[in-house]
Amino acid sequence: MKVTLKIWRQPDAASPGAMHTYEVDKVSEDMSFLEMLDVLNEQLNAQGEDPVAFDSDCREGICGMCGLMINGQAHGPEVTTTCQLHMRSFKDGDEIVVEPWRSDAFPVLKDLVVDRGALDRIIQAGGFISVNTGSAPEAHSVPVPRDDAVRAFSAAACIGCGACVAACPNGSASLFLGAKITHLGELPQGQPERHSRVVDMVAQHDHEGFGGCTNIGECTAACPKEIPLDVISQLNRDLRTALVHGR
Amino acid sequence: MAVSGLLFIAFVLMHMYGNLKAFGGHDSYNTYAEHLRTFGEPILPREGLLWILRLGLIVALIAHVASALALWHRAGTARSTKYVAKKNLGSSFSSRTMRWGGITLLLFVVWHLLHFTIVKINPAGGATNDPYNLLVDSFQEWWMTILYLVAMAALGLHLHHGTWSSLQTLGWTSSAAARTRAKVAGWVVAIVIAGGFSLVPLFVLFGVID
Amino acid sequence: MASPIDPSHSTPTNEPPVQVSDDAQGYYVPGEPLVDPRTPTGPIKDRWTTRKFENRLVNPANRRKLSIIIVGTGLAGGAAAATLGEAGYNVKSFCYQDSPRRAHSIAAQGGINAAKNYKEDGDSTHRLFYDTVKGGDYRSRESNVYRLAEVSANIIDQCVAQGVPFAREYGGLLDNRSFGGVQVSRTFYARGQTGQQLLIGAYQAMERQVAAGTVTEYTRHEMLELIVADGRARGIIARNMVTGEIETHLADVVVLASGGYGNVFYLSTNAMGSNVTATWRAHRKGAYFANPCYTQIHPTCIPVSGSHQSKLTLMSESLRNDGRIWVPKKKADCDKDPRQIPEQDRDYYLERIYPSFGNLVPRDIASRGAKNVCDEGRGVGPEVDGVRRGVYLDFADSIARLGEDAVREKYGNLFDMYKQITGENPYEVPMRIYPAVHYTMGGLWVDYDLQSSIPGLFVTGEANFSDHGANRLGASALMQGLADGYFVLPNTIREYLADGPFDALDESHPAVAEAKKSVEDRVQHFLSTNGTRSVDSYHRELGNIMWEYCGMERTEDGLKKAIDLIRGLREDFWRNVKVLGTADSLNQSLEKAGRVADFFELGELMCIDALNRRESCGGHFRAESQTEDGEALRHDDQFAYVAAWEFGGDGAQPVLHKEDLVYTAIEMKQRSYK
Ligand SMILES: Cc1cc2nc3c(=O)[nH]c(=O)nc-3n(C[C@H](O)[C@H](O)[C@H](O)COP(=O)(O)OP(=O)(O)OC[C@H]3O[C@@H](n4cnc5c(N)ncnc54)[C@H](O)[C@@H]3O)c2cc1C
Ligand code: HEM
Ligand code: HEM
Ligand code: SF4
Ligand code: F3S
Ligand code: FES
Repeated sequence: MKVTLKIWRQPDAASPGAMHTYEVDKVSEDMSFLEMLDVLNEQLNAQGEDPVAFDSDCREGICGMCGLMINGQAHGPEVTTTCQLHMRSFKDGDEIVVEPWRSDAFPVLKDLVVDRGALDRIIQAGGFISVNTGSAPEAHSVPVPRDDAVRAFSAAACIGCGACVAACPNGSASLFLGAKITHLGELPQGQPERHSRVVDMVAQHDHEGFGGCTNIGECTAACPKEIPLDVISQLNRDLRTALVHGR
Repeated sequence: MAVSGLLFIAFVLMHMYGNLKAFGGHDSYNTYAEHLRTFGEPILPREGLLWILRLGLIVALIAHVASALALWHRAGTARSTKYVAKKNLGSSFSSRTMRWGGITLLLFVVWHLLHFTIVKINPAGGATNDPYNLLVDSFQEWWMTILYLVAMAALGLHLHHGTWSSLQTLGWTSSAAARTRAKVAGWVVAIVIAGGFSLVPLFVLFGVID
Repeated sequence: MASPIDPSHSTPTNEPPVQVSDDAQGYYVPGEPLVDPRTPTGPIKDRWTTRKFENRLVNPANRRKLSIIIVGTGLAGGAAAATLGEAGYNVKSFCYQDSPRRAHSIAAQGGINAAKNYKEDGDSTHRLFYDTVKGGDYRSRESNVYRLAEVSANIIDQCVAQGVPFAREYGGLLDNRSFGGVQVSRTFYARGQTGQQLLIGAYQAMERQVAAGTVTEYTRHEMLELIVADGRARGIIARNMVTGEIETHLADVVVLASGGYGNVFYLSTNAMGSNVTATWRAHRKGAYFANPCYTQIHPTCIPVSGSHQSKLTLMSESLRNDGRIWVPKKKADCDKDPRQIPEQDRDYYLERIYPSFGNLVPRDIASRGAKNVCDEGRGVGPEVDGVRRGVYLDFADSIARLGEDAVREKYGNLFDMYKQITGENPYEVPMRIYPAVHYTMGGLWVDYDLQSSIPGLFVTGEANFSDHGANRLGASALMQGLADGYFVLPNTIREYLADGPFDALDESHPAVAEAKKSVEDRVQHFLSTNGTRSVDSYHRELGNIMWEYCGMERTEDGLKKAIDLIRGLREDFWRNVKVLGTADSLNQSLEKAGRVADFFELGELMCIDALNRRESCGGHFRAESQTEDGEALRHDDQFAYVAAWEFGGDGAQPVLHKEDLVYTAIEMKQRSYK
């Protein structure tokens, strides 16, 4: 099949960008979306035009490196990562608009590549359990009720891709933030730092320039790991408790 | 935001209950209006309670509007370059129209206060010192009824998302079941309040209440 | 199972090997035998404890003054950065991704082994040690493996304390499963995302140190050269992948934790950016590269669907527990709908050849079986370059026996993933699978203390060669990465650092200037060649050569042919590659060009190593070394050694140093699965 691509091209962070139109022919429906872009890049390379820069690494939906806004949807029309999206989700003759994640906290570095360092800095603010190597007690000394472990696991499935931010009309990273708060807060090991963690992480989130959550719910619909909205509620609840009871 | 929003919900619920007294006829309604003003006497002066409520509402309104503006501003700076194409999938219409809905409500409230409380405008040109008559006279005008109905639609939308949203903001929805309950509450509150308020103008217009 | 020998025994149970064949003659120069200078002695169970005690300590006040560069933020690098940061050293951490959390460790699905014996099924440190050495076909160092088994239990404790959400039983205790054909349940897991959860644990611990100021992280930085000054590794040259700046980073010690080199095959289960550059550059600077030809082939990957394919996706091996593997008996049936092929026309070849193990034969046998039937022309699925490379993994029987719901319960997520990628519904049509390169057991040679042959250069995780021998037991790479990072390296590096801080190195030091210039020259070369072929097209062609001749089955002729092909292609690459864009911006073609250039050199060395090793062992089948009924034949008498290759210079032959493997706590056994 043949598709027309409208792609955001921007040489570097400082320069302005614009949409460019390309055509890719002989696209097989077994190709992943990124493989289709590989084909485009081979084409551009042959024509002497700079290939389109986009991020990807594992290409199996787990590292969180990839992420494109495809026809107005973060990671495209399926509930999965961009690298796991296949061309069979499109039709011959389709026009596909491809843009980078738009968030001022994620500056565009080139074309479709953005800098998501802000998410790392949110983790640095408190997204961990302070336990030095070697000081851990025997693993079985603290049983964890299975339901708690399951909920913690579901939240921990977040891959830090940033699609939630990209999809949120407010540009909020609350789903990402809530996922970490819920993961660590659900486990007994996470209790000692529970209050300070949420306060510090929320402060960093706001400081990075992400928007505030007004519970719109686009984030969870775009999340490839289907992180549920209740992690945001958990985040709010923990924040409320922390503020009421002091850190 | 959530606290002021919930306060508003409480207020409109009460207010709606009051309005429905119109079904009880002229006296029932006016007694209620009067009761509002004398409640708490003699400990409180006349209109004492009312002023306490009004003050609370004013503070809530300021807080509500201020946080709405702050959120709006943050959302604007969080994404200064807009998407060429953007679809919405996980969100309700009401959730995306909170800001414009809010502005509509603000304009409505201003008009509403001019209409019933401060200036007391009677479009029919009749007396304005009798609350019941003012109400009935007003809504016998079709355009006034329509204006109110539009406002109630805006209110319904605002509350549909606002109710669920405030519960979520307060962290009372941290399970799938609680989330479903909050969403249902959104529908119930929206329908009951918007519907409840709409009854009086409609019934007046169609002459059931006169 | 052999009766475990008294672990305190210290006389070798095997004879030193004497190689009689010399297939690689003319391709290499024989070098001095190699002896690990840090090899521990004494009863095997005390060796690590003794070593930890013997290694000198570094005064806490001094640690701040000691700087450590760690390349890689996977389990091995991330865990080390966190631990060394906690200890108070000054750590600089590098990765080529935009965040440390994306290292390829994240992709591991199955699980991590640990000798906790929570199931009371007879597991112990010694049994894990034994299984791992046996799994590696007796080509690993026993002291290293014993240490790995010993610290495995601490890993689980550490991870649980960090909040890693391992699977649990209803009582709240940790669950285990058995993995990769071992008879005890010692594998800890977090659904199908064990690697991710372990990595996030290490990542968070590391981010905590970033906040504490002990670790500085350099993301989107690619190490392109090692700085060796006055005989010691003292730093790296890295390219800032956003600005293109070539940066010099100096330190007292350098740690490489840069992962495996499976991408030399172009198609593998590795990430797009996985590379050999970090270790290869170190190799060129004097670090020996050990057993480069040892690669692990995984039997259950989703087959290639066309020449556009960029990467292979692994499906958990557990599928073989319930699926039956077959191909049509007749070539004519290969393009038919499999459901139309009657039972008597199907060849369940594993069940036929290995009646007792059937579909559960080890990875290498299952992989080779699939290759053989496809080579015979009985493969299924789409034709890619004229051959169908795929075999059926059929769940029809299981679905009939257990019901679709039960199968969904067990494998639902894998089936969904398969459907997502192939567009076919495995509940209705049999899945198609094919082997793919998955893990590399070879890597930089290190001593017991994980130090390479360059003083001050330490190597951990998949980047080193040490613990898996010729084959890796399932669920033990994660264990090794974390063992190295959390527990081993922090205890061995201090012996080296106790002599530091070393004299500050100036950026104008000739070694620094030379390293920097060579990187700049290379970048310049790629950008100015302006040839006709894209980097990817070279990479794909190199990968085909490697897969064809240095993959599952190797022959003397094939390997020699491969070496010629690689040399020719490499020459063409340097003359004719086309890299657009500029040096001073984000330039993904340029990044790839550098990686592919190093893969060419590595590929050649892999073939030479494979040529030399005229034995079938681990995952490698040398056609010249098989039993009468076509099974792998190992030659302990000739090859029970580590082949450590020294870089001989550009255009010169590599030098082979042999380190004999001595077993005192275990007896060598041939395997048999018939
Ligand atoms: C699909 C898959 C499934 C697996 N499943 C299992 C399993 O179930 N159980 C198990 O035990 N093992 C499994 N393995 C193997 C195991 O995951 C890996 O061997 C292990 O995680 C490697 O960890 P590492 O820290 O050594 O390297 P990696 O995690 O690969 O990290 C490499 C790091 O080095 C950095 N890097 C590399 N080159 C450079 C450079 N030039 N400059 C700067 N930085 C660089 C990268 O950015 C990255 O941070 C699996 C592997 C794969 C591919
Ligand atoms: C006066 C003008 C008003 C403006 C400008 C306004 C605006 C907004 C905005 C922008 C939000 C944020 C959306 C969100 O948090 O989900 C909001 C929330 C809300 N509003 Fe209003 N609103 C107004 C009046 C009202 C009134 C009259 C009511 C009730 C009768 C109300 C009830 C709510 C509720 C319950 C919320 C949810 C709070 C939360 O999520 O925390 N608002 N409003
Ligand atoms: C059809 C719907 C409505 C009708 C018929 C109605 C009617 C009235 C009347 C008659 C009064 C004067 C009461 C008195 O002075 O005794 C009043 C006051 C008021 N109404 Fe409404 N109202 C309606 C909807 C609303 C809504 C939706 C809001 C808010 C969002 C609102 C806010 C107020 C306020 C703030 C006052 C002033 C109360 C005070 O005296 O402080 N009304 N309304
Ligand atoms: S919450 Fe979902 S969308 Fe957001 S970063 Fe995590 S995985 Fe991506
Ligand atoms: S879409 Fe945005 S507003 Fe909140 S619920 Fe999700 S972060
Ligand atoms: S490339 Fe790793 S998730 Fe898509």
